[in-house]
Amino acid sequence: MEKKIYERPHIVRFETGMPGKFGMRNDLPPTTHIDGVAVSELVTRFGSPLFVLSENSIRTAYRKLYKAFSTRYPKVQFAWSYKTNYLSAVCNIFHQEGSWAEVVSGFEYDKAISNGVDPRKIIFNGPAKTREELVKATENGSLIHIDHLDELYLLIDVAGSVSQKPRVAIRVNMDTGIYPMWDRFGFNYENGQAWDALNKIMHSGKLDLMGLHTHIGTFIMSANAYAVAASKLADLARSLQQKFNHHLKYLDLGGGFASKNTLKGSYLPGSDTNPSFNEYAEAISSALINSHFTQGELPLLILETGRALIDEAGYILSTVIANKRMSTGRRATIIDAGVSLLFTAFWYQHQITVAQGNSQYREDTSLYGPLCMNIDCIRDSINLPLMNVNDHVVIHNTGAYNLTQWMQFIHLRPNVVLIDEKSNAHIVRNKEDQDSVNGNEMIPEHLAKFE
Amino acid sequence: MKINQNLAVSESGFLFNPGTGESFTVNPIGAEIIALFRKGMTQDQVIDSITDQYHVDRNTFEKDLQDFTGILKTYSLLKQDD
Ligand SMILES: Cc1ncc(COP(=O)(O)O)c(C=O)c1O
Repeated sequence: MEKKIYERPHIVRFETGMPGKFGMRNDLPPTTHIDGVAVSELVTRFGSPLFVLSENSIRTAYRKLYKAFSTRYPKVQFAWSYKTNYLSAVCNIFHQEGSWAEVVSGFEYDKAISNGVDPRKIIFNGPAKTREELVKATENGSLIHIDHLDELYLLIDVAGSVSQKPRVAIRVNMDTGIYPMWDRFGFNYENGQAWDALNKIMHSGKLDLMGLHTHIGTFIMSANAYAVAASKLADLARSLQQKFNHHLKYLDLGGGFASKNTLKGSYLPGSDTNPSFNEYAEAISSALINSHFTQGELPLLILETGRALIDEAGYILSTVIANKRMSTGRRATIIDAGVSLLFTAFWYQHQITVAQGNSQYREDTSLYGPLCMNIDCIRDSINLPLMNVNDHVVIHNTGAYNLTQWMQFIHLRPNVVLIDEKSNAHIVRNKEDQDSVNGNEMIPEHLAKFE
Repeated sequence: MKINQNLAVSESGFLFNPGTGESFTVNPIGAEIIALFRKGMTQDQVIDSITDQYHVDRNTFEKDLQDFTGILKTYSLLKQDD
């Protein structure tokens, strides 16, 4: 006789009263396929855990955001924020779509160059550029966004030693009504620092002032904050016109749009509450169009959107290692992907689905990673169908920041796979081996041996 | 192992404990295990019966059963033999 399919025995008590903060039911169907490729096949071919990126999702998100702006504002340019995800395959998808590069270090700058980006289309941000990097960026004609006065003086000095005139903007920080206000980077608007810096640039005559930049923060839940930011930059631009008859080529509103992730502590899912691309685009475009600029004078609008363009394209596939009971009776499940791969688990309640079957029963589970560390918690509490050892789970919306802020810790890092638009899977970063870690080490001779 | 004999278990997996007024949902295999205990089966007999019928190896089921009976005890649905 054919045996019946086994499911773990399971019982839950009905709780009366309000659903708790974590009590939202998770009735999401299993994620058996990503872009037409079976999760089980991906894990068999490439191992578990596994990072998976969807080329289709990246392009779709880009085109949607581009359209939101280009239908409202005449001149829009995106610059891919390398730190969000600088796998070259990912960067090149954005470059193929027309994005420039936005970099914040010499390492990222060189990476953009080696990816083939035209140096004049590289925006060089960040508080820590060296003299050599400034010389290189100047000679290449890249756009240098000055972060502080020391850099401004250094760059004026550099300008004296190279034949090209540095093409620059300043980064401006400001009160846009959101908390916390990011005032650590750039020159402040309200106290006049920004206007002072612009005057120094204009009087020096050594720098080619191209634009103004701001990046008001990240995961900004208020579209209106961008309207405030755009108006303040437009004000500075007008002052430059009035005092120096200088017309800026661009205003760069930075990044910071929220993705569809749910921030920790939120009651409602981010997909319901976060502003849409259209709302951000409307806020920024109307602030600029309604400012003093005449139609012909409107500067190029640059955006450095990071997480909102890539979060949804990323998945981590992971495998159940064990099911446990905590001393309190709580269910705990251990999976093979931990916070060393999923840095954003500290900010987000990542959506997680199972990859097979779909038991109609759910249990409230704590989901832990494989690190032998107390902090390794992927979700404190999540309602999941009953899972058995060796089952797979899919962690959603992991495309932003994880593949740059991940760390090799305790375990080696896994393969990263990109699924192209024809459902072919390509490894875009090889899994690490012993040599990836030990290869850079050196053992002094007296430590080479022991009994 | 003694199951609380007053429990009312419906076919849809709804379980009511008249002693405490608490109600529970239990999945089909869980209901089956409770029924086997109510018939007076020992843990070993339950393991035999389930592993005969279902696609599961003895070790896996033994571990899951231990977990399940642990929860039944915390809900006072099952008592350890004296
Ligand atoms: C200067 C700058 N631009 C763009 C970004 C991308 O931001 P986000 O991923 O929030 O869109 C960042 C991120 O911190 C940044 O510092």
